[in-house]
Amino acid sequence: MTDGAPPDLQALGITKRFGPLVALKDVNFHLRSGQFHALLGENGAGKSTLVKCIMGYYHPDEGKIVLDQQAVTIHSPRDAQTFGIGMVYQQFTLIPNMTVLENLVISKAKLDPVINWQQEEHQLTQFMDTMPFKVSLSARVSSLAAGEKQKVEILKQLALRNRILILDEPTSVLTPQEADEVLGHLRAMTLAQQVSVLIITHKLREVAAFADEVTVLRKGQFVGSGNVSELNVSQMAEMMVGSEVTARPKQRTVLSKKVPKLVLQDIRVKDDIGVEVVRGLHLTIHEGEIVGVAGVSGNGQRELVEILSGQRQTTSGTIHVQDQPFQPTREQIMRHKIFCLPEEPLQNTCVGRMTVAENLAFRNFDREPHAVGGWLISHPALRRSAFELIERYNIKPPYPDTPIQSLSGGNIQRAVLARELSAEVEILIIANPCFGLDFLAMEEIRLQIVAARNRGTAVLLVSEDLDEIMELSDRTVVMFNGQLVYETTSSGADLAIIGRHMTGHTT
Amino acid sequence: MSVAVPQILNKALEPFLIIVGSLTVSMVLFGIFVASAGADPFEVYQTMYRAAFGTSFSWQNTLVRAAPLMLTALCTALPGYLGLIIIGGEGAVVMGGLFAAIVALTMPTAPPIVVLTTMALAGMVAGGVWLMIGGALRHYRAVNETISSLLLNYIAIALLNHLVTSTFRDPESLNHPSTHHIGEANMIGVIPGTDLHWGLVFGIVACVIAWFLMHHTVFGFASRIAGGNVRAAQVAGLPVGRLILTICCVAGAAGGLAGMLEVAAIHGRANDTLNANYGYAGILVAFVARNNPLAIIPVAVLLGGIRASSGLLQRAHELPDATVLVMQGIIFLVILFSETLYGRFAKLQKQGAS
Repeated sequence: MTDGAPPDLQALGITKRFGPLVALKDVNFHLRSGQFHALLGENGAGKSTLVKCIMGYYHPDEGKIVLDQQAVTIHSPRDAQTFGIGMVYQQFTLIPNMTVLENLVISKAKLDPVINWQQEEHQLTQFMDTMPFKVSLSARVSSLAAGEKQKVEILKQLALRNRILILDEPTSVLTPQEADEVLGHLRAMTLAQQVSVLIITHKLREVAAFADEVTVLRKGQFVGSGNVSELNVSQMAEMMVGSEVTARPKQRTVLSKKVPKLVLQDIRVKDDIGVEVVRGLHLTIHEGEIVGVAGVSGNGQRELVEILSGQRQTTSGTIHVQDQPFQPTREQIMRHKIFCLPEEPLQNTCVGRMTVAENLAFRNFDREPHAVGGWLISHPALRRSAFELIERYNIKPPYPDTPIQSLSGGNIQRAVLARELSAEVEILIIANPCFGLDFLAMEEIRLQIVAARNRGTAVLLVSEDLDEIMELSDRTVVMFNGQLVYETTSSGADLAIIGRHMTGHTT
Repeated sequence: MSVAVPQILNKALEPFLIIVGSLTVSMVLFGIFVASAGADPFEVYQTMYRAAFGTSFSWQNTLVRAAPLMLTALCTALPGYLGLIIIGGEGAVVMGGLFAAIVALTMPTAPPIVVLTTMALAGMVAGGVWLMIGGALRHYRAVNETISSLLLNYIAIALLNHLVTSTFRDPESLNHPSTHHIGEANMIGVIPGTDLHWGLVFGIVACVIAWFLMHHTVFGFASRIAGGNVRAAQVAGLPVGRLILTICCVAGAAGGLAGMLEVAAIHGRANDTLNANYGYAGILVAFVARNNPLAIIPVAVLLGGIRASSGLLQRAHELPDATVLVMQGIIFLVILFSETLYGRFAKLQKQGAS
């Protein structure tokens, strides 16, 4: 690594406007040399905008960036790199079918016209030896697990000799163990004064465990900052959302009789490349019950959700809904009222360029009052229904005519939830409903799920967030290697046992 | 609500500005081309205007050419709503014209209205089935619909040439193999008070119906979901395959009707004049109109005008016949390029609107 301490970075009085919208207003921020700093805030609080101003994507309308007590102007991300500032994005930017070595080499700002691979490999091997964590240079990126890829992203920034690392929700694609490992390494490097780290995150647990200092933004404004050691989690949450978070108890009603609603028998499914990823799965979900499917991602959960949502065919096995065989046609979906909230709602269940009103009507555009006589779409009726849902589910901005892709992630999630819960629901399939959402939105969505359960809906909840499963489900099953390997009632759940089954240690 | 109004305005303004801008750029480029060919570009544009829109005669000339373009543009525009790029309009026209002529010849004694109705139906079915082949290959076998519909054009032309030189050949059509004439009585008439045949009315009505279908019916709504995001359509339980087949069939029917009109209004028989590039020009019309059926009407008129001016350009400026095709090609390329500009001016507009 290079010598000396990493530079001291300050953003002073940053204001950034987009037309009439003030995204950031007079925000101050200070990343001290060798610090692990967390930037907290709800969706739309301005965290990404602030970071993009530092990286040179955006140019602040007012205020300045100060690096080691000298005001600097950063014109572009490439410019930021010359100042030693590098960013790791939420999504991976690696090229999957190239090796780690190739990915690291091509990220260099200046490449020789002829690449001397031997020399590059030699240099990077030496560089790897100085790093606290290692990834095989010859490994193909597509063969790496998410945690390994995230490490490569970080190594890439370090190999570019960046001394300030900015990470945008670095753990959202990682398992809890992977997240702890990666953050732990970063923590160690800041303690060794090798780098300064700024992470954007929603996860208060990670802030409490790893960060030195936290800065909180709310609605584009600086709310406060402080040493993590002097703050507790509920104080940070309060700074984030503006008022003491009322831990609303999730009232549960217990139904007297157990009526099976969804019965899966010996389900087998192949993934896109023809590998069998669900291998003989049996599952029954009853009325008024939330069944949580826990597991490390990539054990067939995605495909399980896809067969129920109609996005994939089973190779064998039967699905029975209320004692009748089920095919996900529109007619049967409507008859059995089996609705679905898959992960990544914009990619999975919305049409980005259609309006909010149109997207809200995907379930019922072909019935009265939206379809007059069953064939003629009534746009006024669509808008009326949309206004109602927008208000009931607090979707922002409240305009039914904007394309849904212009909404923030949390609001798209709310809109899809509004659509799927707007009518009576018998069975609800949910995958990672709170992925990338802020505290408040998460709480709202979880309350809605429990409310549906209390109305008698059978809920299948697939989540990578074990806490979420523990909080919501009545019964938890663990999915490993395409099968359900463990089942427990949530009241009698032992996290250690669940964890062992998730990782396949079942001795 | 006060915020929503400028947003809607912006939404309409962006495509309008981009299309007007690209047409202007195309005109400059074409101007350079004719200047290098030794003609004065300003005079050329004047001539083109006169030839296309200057007199009522030139208007009629333009509109006669615009009518089939409206129908063939729908061959590309409608599947476009499902995210398909179909360029098989030419094949649909050829098949529609061929089968319309063939059925007309099987009913020599029927009254003209029956003959014409049957011809129209036969043409639409033939064109519809033809494009549906492309849709089916796409849905069931994942064959690229652009390639297959293009290749289907050649098969249709080959089939036409084969049949008019063999089974259905009129022995009197010596150097221009054709079917027998369908009979003067069966020719479709002109709109009273003009020299325009009814094809123009069919074209406009078809565009209006297509627009209504896509924007105001359950079928159109379902198609837009499936075209926007097929995964969302699957979650909604929509029959994506059936939508693809239906929309390809409707699109092909529009092309088939264009072919039938060429036979029943102009040529009176099916021969290789059916293959007059109306199908390919329709692709251009659909692109410029951004697949919006209502926008197709004025764009088709514009392109009809350009094509109508070809003869006069040749006579007045000694430019070759293909000059208008150069212009057509330039417009096509510039419009394709302009597709990359959408969304680039969003910031500018937001500031302008506030």
